[in-house]
Amino acid sequence: MPESGVHAAAPASPLHAILLAFPVALYPSALISDITYLQTSVVQWTNFSQWLIAGADLFAGLLLAWTIASLLFGRARHARGRGKATLIVVAVMFVLGIINALQHSKDGWASVGTTGLILSIACTILAIVAAFLVHSRTIVREVRP
Amino acid sequence: MKRLTIAALPCLAFVAACSPSSKGVDQTGQSPTLPEQASALLPAIAIAPPEAWGNDLPTVPAGYTITAIAKDLKIPRQMLVLPNGDILVAEGSGGHAPTLRPKDLIAGLIKAQGKSPVTGGDRITLLRDANGDGQTDLQTTFISGLDAPYGLAFVNGAIYVANQGDLLRFPYADGATNIAAPGQKVTALPAVINHHWTKSLAASADGSKLYVGIGSNSNIGERGMDAEEDRAVIWEIDPATGTNRVFASGIRNPTALAFDPWQRQLWAVANERDELGPELVPDYLTSVREGGFYGWPYSYYGQTVDPRVHPQKPDMVAKAIKPDYALGSHVAALGLTFASNGGMGGAFAEGAFVGEHGSWNRSDRSGYKVVFVPFKGGRPAGKPVDFVTGFLADGKARGRPVGVFYDAPRGALLVADDVANTVWRITRTGQPTRTSNPENPVL
Repeated sequence: MPESGVHAAAPASPLHAILLAFPVALYPSALISDITYLQTSVVQWTNFSQWLIAGADLFAGLLLAWTIASLLFGRARHARGRGKATLIVVAVMFVLGIINALQHSKDGWASVGTTGLILSIACTILAIVAAFLVHSRTIVREVRP
Repeated sequence: MKRLTIAALPCLAFVAACSPSSKGVDQTGQSPTLPEQASALLPAIAIAPPEAWGNDLPTVPAGYTITAIAKDLKIPRQMLVLPNGDILVAEGSGGHAPTLRPKDLIAGLIKAQGKSPVTGGDRITLLRDANGDGQTDLQTTFISGLDAPYGLAFVNGAIYVANQGDLLRFPYADGATNIAAPGQKVTALPAVINHHWTKSLAASADGSKLYVGIGSNSNIGERGMDAEEDRAVIWEIDPATGTNRVFASGIRNPTALAFDPWQRQLWAVANERDELGPELVPDYLTSVREGGFYGWPYSYYGQTVDPRVHPQKPDMVAKAIKPDYALGSHVAALGLTFASNGGMGGAFAEGAFVGEHGSWNRSDRSGYKVVFVPFKGGRPAGKPVDFVTGFLADGKARGRPVGVFYDAPRGALLVADDVANTVWRITRTGQPTRTSNPENPVL
């Protein structure tokens, strides 16, 4: 039996926060790497982008699974409106991320191009939006005696 | 969840659009049809997994007979017939290109499905027919301890072997069945990364020059142009001194070289670039002009620009020579040999045999056969004619042709098969198995 009073809890568990941290860090890194490639034509930058996107996609997939599970069984079921919004953002980010990985796997100059750049921008924005949705709320529960 | 499904739809549509099939346009001969470039998110892949021949044999035209004259080889590639009729077979598998991208990891796993699980022999095997009945009486290791040997040449009493990283010379005594002496290094060959590792080899008619085909280090420059120094070129090497120079350039992967018997000109078969669609870019057979530039990576078939190279070089595109003869897209031509003076007879009297290893990167498989390109007056004349087929059965590869060698004195065509690990020999049915014809010198 919890003590009476007002309890505030972080909405995301530490594990959830760690999964989310990867897309938040890696998609923007890929975007910067893409821009550098387009400016320099040095292929190592598109190679960097490809690994960054692959890593981001992996964690975006895990994050998506977590988000669905948490909406069905976890804390997010207490805040369903926001939970659904988060789910949609994460799902779109994951799908675009996979398309971006395929786009980047093309050879040479074709690997980035306008499509790759736009997809990297979209993934970056969606990752940051997802982070705001997950972290900028608290769950407040009042336990009455 | 409905919105999630909607979001996934474009993804599925992309995947569906990703396996374009060829439309069957004619891509052989002097002026192949070159469709528009198509860039798919997921390149089409159709691997033919290996399967045993059982009691079957490859198919040859009526009037010809095919037999296996060597089995249990370790990835046979190119062959050479010595003056006494002994056959040398180079066996090996090279390449040590590092995994640079997630794609390399995945593509490597997929392509391995279509290969023989046998480890390359890194050796030369000798096949001897002691009594002239066409059968092998002795199969023995001739030279061992090599490093992915591929090109072979016999010049002035010496045997030259092109490893993936150097060109070696071995002294040869008539009738020898083994060379234990270490090879003498004529010159190092470009071997950094070695994305396309095969080093094809041919000698000029007088034996004064050797030619080595050196493939590119990438599909289309995606490892950076620094990695393409001395790649996608044919070297001319002085066997006496080892000095070399670039004889021709811009040939993406010159996998087999041979001199024609009519004008003694150097010819090459080359594998062209991928990921522009199922019908781009056709592999080709071409005479090689001294100092010629054949387009890679900037353009193909003359002036068709490849946009995947950046920065582009319009001055190089302007110089690019159109190859003589297209063999078809993704057929993976790996073998080249000429027949003249009646050759194999019938439709196969005068021209070039080409071994086509077969495609893996388009949904409808191409290649997987040996074709004959008829020649007239020293130039290709007419469409390629199938000579050895039947390598594919129900989507499985029972074999994949690599090197081909026309054994002129004996009127036989040899075909190395690196999936069945077999050497096939094709002759006219009922012909005397060993014809001594001084008019038909070994080429």
